[in-house]
Amino acid sequence: MTDAFTRISRAQGSYVRAIDDGPIEDWPEHFTDNAFYKVTTADNHRRGLPAGVIWADNKAMLKDRVSALKEANIYEPHAYRHLLGQPAIAEESETGATSETSFLVVRITGNGPTDIFASGRYLDEYVFTGGRTLLNKRIVVCDSSRIDTLLVLPL
Amino acid sequence: MSEGSRAATAMAARSWPRSLAEVPYWVFQEEDVYRAEQQNIFHGPFWNYLCLEAELAEPGDFCATFIGEQPVLVTRDHDGEIYAFENRCAHRGALIAMEHYGHARDFTCVYHAWTYNLQGDLTGVAFEEGINGKGGMGKDFCKAAHSPRRLRLASVHGLVFGSLDNDVPEIEEYLGQEILDRIERVLGGRKPVVLGRFTQELPNNWKLYMENVKDSYHASILHLFFTTFGLNKLNQKGGIIVSENGGHHVSWSAINREAEAKAASTYKDQNIRSDSEYQLEDPSLVDSFSEVGDDITLQILSVSPGFVLQQIQNSIAVRQVLPTGVDTTSLNWTYLGFEDDTEEQQLTRMKQSNLVGPAGYVSMEDGAIGGFVQRGIAGAGSEFATLQMGGDQAVSSESRVTEASIRGFWKVYREAMGFTVGETEGADT
Ligand code: FES
Ligand SMILES: [Fe+2]
Repeated sequence: MTDAFTRISRAQGSYVRAIDDGPIEDWPEHFTDNAFYKVTTADNHRRGLPAGVIWADNKAMLKDRVSALKEANIYEPHAYRHLLGQPAIAEESETGATSETSFLVVRITGNGPTDIFASGRYLDEYVFTGGRTLLNKRIVVCDSSRIDTLLVLPL
Repeated sequence: MSEGSRAATAMAARSWPRSLAEVPYWVFQEEDVYRAEQQNIFHGPFWNYLCLEAELAEPGDFCATFIGEQPVLVTRDHDGEIYAFENRCAHRGALIAMEHYGHARDFTCVYHAWTYNLQGDLTGVAFEEGINGKGGMGKDFCKAAHSPRRLRLASVHGLVFGSLDNDVPEIEEYLGQEILDRIERVLGGRKPVVLGRFTQELPNNWKLYMENVKDSYHASILHLFFTTFGLNKLNQKGGIIVSENGGHHVSWSAINREAEAKAASTYKDQNIRSDSEYQLEDPSLVDSFSEVGDDITLQILSVSPGFVLQQIQNSIAVRQVLPTGVDTTSLNWTYLGFEDDTEEQQLTRMKQSNLVGPAGYVSMEDGAIGGFVQRGIAGAGSEFATLQMGGDQAVSSESRVTEASIRGFWKVYREAMGFTVGETEGADT
């Protein structure tokens, strides 16, 4: 049985790869069917304000994010590169773990420069089911309250 | 000459087309225009949204916000009243408060510890008497004469507006009955609760965002989310209200129950395949409840110069548009619910918050389009945008295929800025 640290590290490596290098359709597959996913700011999080810039309470909503960005929304082509810190594991058991991981995301818009787009931390709840490590909850807490122009790709 | 009249004189040298259907692109590009706006618009006779009364629930609560670039502090004192004054120490100009929202007994400037009460009166000067009888303030120093400038304040259904100009008309007169009624429709008699606050940084001049808000006809063209997923109602009724002076507007649409029933049966009879093969996997995103008991599903309301109140189905938000440079703008979103919302209603609001803000299915494009215009007009400072959809007037209409409310914005703007109107060649109508 692989330890929680390794399981989470692998899952996160796969998660950011789906967003940064694709296929983006793989991104929702890192979540359980009833997963909760939210992008918020440190200020909102500290104050306990419930809304998110992105807010989903199931995997279908995450799939809709992907189909909307592919089929419906209009934006300049851009790409992310995620840099993740090591997961700090708070609790772990045979069936799951909670952890916190720092991230830095740089964005390349069109053929523009590499810009720092967001930094923050993932507050995660993982479940270990069989061979799989799935997110049951991910709250993306951005350090800054300011979000540049638009947020199409997930964090 | 005061800074204000200097700005006015400089702007009089610029000529603006007489027709409301032409907007010169230099207005989004020029540093001197930007500076004059700070004086003539944001320090001028306009009401600017500051915060919600609900954000100042308790005595001592404060909010540090802005009117244009001017930092402003809004407080609630122990008498229960709201006060606002410039967030600038009367000594040497440091910010009095730095936190965005907070709670304080009084404010002590960190630089030399001048202290202000919640109404902005200077109450304490460190070392006022000097030390051991030496130094200190002069005999004739009077604390009462050294307070930050106070603002005029007005509250409209829980929205706090402030003005830096004493000559601003009463808010009721400023807004007019139609706009007041539409604010009341959403906020009247209800206690808002803040669900979240987000700032979106826009890569464009603030006025391009205001144009976008007032431009209802782009919505079904630029924002494909609803049409792509077959969620829009093509048979909605609605209209545009332009306030009498032109500066404020409401765009609304409502369910047309009759037409819908008819359409549903027509569709069924014809056995027409739905336009789109795409569907949301979780269409509960757009399940909604009647917001205030009427059929209106969308109401976008703007107050000049930079305030928006939004009801998009059950997503309620206020937006504060703050210029931060010629081609940068901060857009502050405050997402709202109400004290008597049920749990399901709050859940609906959470889901629908996916429609707005920087990642909003409908409004992410609005965050980017201003940048496309800003970049598109580079090098076109002597050319004009054309606003001829729906004629050349700034009046209300039943059709939303009109640029009337954008023309109204410019009508108020060009007057406040003091441009010389009507001397551009070929622009007279
Ligand atoms: S600047 Fe505030 S006390 Fe000196
Ligand atoms: Fe829009």
